[in-house]
Amino acid sequence: MIARLLRWETMLAAVLVAEFVLFSAVSPYFLSVDTLSDATFNFTERALIALPLALLIIAGEIDISVAAIIALASVAMGVAAAAGVGTPGLACIGIGTGLVAGCINGALVTIGRVPSIVATIGTMTLFRGAAYAILGDRVLKDYPDSFAIFGQGYLVGPISIELALFVLFAILFGMFLHRTRWGRAIYAIGANPVASRFAGISVDRYRFALFALTGVFCGLAAVLLTSRLGSTRPSIAQGWELEIVSIVILGGVSVWGGKGSIPGVVLAALVFGLVTFGLGLMNVPGIVMSIFTGALLVLVVAVPALLARLRSSS
Amino acid sequence: MKALSRLGDDARRDLTLGALTLILFGAVTFAFPGFAAPGSLAALVDDIAILVMLALGQMLVILVRGIDLSVAANLALAGMLAALFNRAFPEAGVAPAIAIAVLAGAAAGACNGLLVWKLKLPPIVVTLGTMSIFRGVIYPLSQGAWINENEMSLGFIAFPRGQFAGLTVLAWLGIAIAAIFILAMRHSRGARAFYAAGGNPGAAAYCGIDAGRIQFLAYTLCGAIAGLCGYLWAARFAVAYTDIALGFELQVIAACLIGGVAIAGGTGTALGVLLGCLFLGIIRNSLPLVGISAFWQLFINGVVIVIAVLMSARQRVHTRSILENRAT
Repeated sequence: MIARLLRWETMLAAVLVAEFVLFSAVSPYFLSVDTLSDATFNFTERALIALPLALLIIAGEIDISVAAIIALASVAMGVAAAAGVGTPGLACIGIGTGLVAGCINGALVTIGRVPSIVATIGTMTLFRGAAYAILGDRVLKDYPDSFAIFGQGYLVGPISIELALFVLFAILFGMFLHRTRWGRAIYAIGANPVASRFAGISVDRYRFALFALTGVFCGLAAVLLTSRLGSTRPSIAQGWELEIVSIVILGGVSVWGGKGSIPGVVLAALVFGLVTFGLGLMNVPGIVMSIFTGALLVLVVAVPALLARLRSSS
Repeated sequence: MKALSRLGDDARRDLTLGALTLILFGAVTFAFPGFAAPGSLAALVDDIAILVMLALGQMLVILVRGIDLSVAANLALAGMLAALFNRAFPEAGVAPAIAIAVLAGAAAGACNGLLVWKLKLPPIVVTLGTMSIFRGVIYPLSQGAWINENEMSLGFIAFPRGQFAGLTVLAWLGIAIAAIFILAMRHSRGARAFYAAGGNPGAAAYCGIDAGRIQFLAYTLCGAIAGLCGYLWAARFAVAYTDIALGFELQVIAACLIGGVAIAGGTGTALGVLLGCLFLGIIRNSLPLVGISAFWQLFINGVVIVIAVLMSARQRVHTRSILENRAT
């Protein structure tokens, strides 16, 4: 099984190399430090959410309210900024809103016993609806100047704060999932929740914590995105749930739970970010890019299933 | 109370929802007597007809343990194809345009169905993917342009708006499809197969029902209905562009969930779905009367969905399956 996982990740790495070769052949501007530094903004916010979502999907649940949580957190920050809250306060409000939203999801699934697809379809409507209800067709952009640091600042040289955060959390999540007892428990819950319960794992506590964690990272992504854009509309991050779920699935995480790895998800985020950036360099409009993301998502699950089918029939 | 408990689960749930809908309707009418005027009611039926048709199609998919997030994108694609055909051949009349929309919708639905049936892929992933594919394809097809009223033939636009006995043709279509579903889902053997395939696929196989084939059929029918609604949407609003009905799949699924269709499959009635649509429709049409901005609609829908799924999850703890329930 480890050989299988390795093979998936090697494939992703090969795709990544191919992308580099292709895009540097197509555009002479691609292989420069500045371009590549810009390209990272294409995926860092999404990839930050993909990390906890990968854990959630490995544990056999799903959260499709992630983009709606970003919208709600961004609106909360916008309203607070209009009331004169400073930069540290805004960041806390953004992350806090994400935490509350994640806890609502977690409570619906663990206490309410609602299947996670249904629960998060409901809260997706609820959170996005709240963003529209509060904001209507207005735009909020009363952010203090210092707030721009999160999404537009650089740590050292071409390494942005967003990228540094992603690298840091990717390492932390990798250690957590692959090196700790709690990480093993997440695999166990995804593979067989009932057996895990009998093995003494408090399944519901894990589920709740993972939903809350996903919410926190949506809040963090909202801080970064809002800071980068400098404004909030209720339609912010529309359709991101598709892209974030795509990154996780592309990373080799099984939708049925129990399988997947953080290195895979990180590679998938790079592959995904480079593809959208490269298509952007070639002037492909966003809506056409969505054909590509959709097809990628379907192919990634369909091709292994097709191969398995062919192998079993021959 | 005793008579109530002797009813089946389905009937009890429909009765509760019916009573709630009636209370909501009564409250709105009490505050705004104009709401119950014939003209206002006709507008309400016309308004929810598309939602009713889509939700009934979605019900079939959810009954067989699936979900179709791509319905709204499918609708938009079929609507665009019908409008493009009408622009190219305005003399051809409305019938071929409708046929194209229905066939395109059915084909798109069949793609979802094949992936779920033959490759056993998770429906949520498949339809999340096809949702963005279908919506994305509209853009190159239309070159990103809108097709407006002046580019549509008169017959194309007039058909769903035609009046018959006080209601529009669109409203009658909704009523007819709802009536067919309510009768068929209860009394036809073919339709009962959807309940069997979703409720217990293993047992269904022993009864000679191929659950996979029924899944395929459900997605295809859901797609065909989405296609029909694509034409109706384009004609009723006299416009076709990339973003029509954006996010409408959430309302459709909401209507099913409120109507008592269980995401685990095998449970749900056409009458319940109809009531769910009516419930959402009454809320939507009374918002302007109460003076609440339309921007609250999505939030109110969210609250209603969350309450509905919480209630149906609580019910399921008590009654696990049809057999156990009948035994007690």
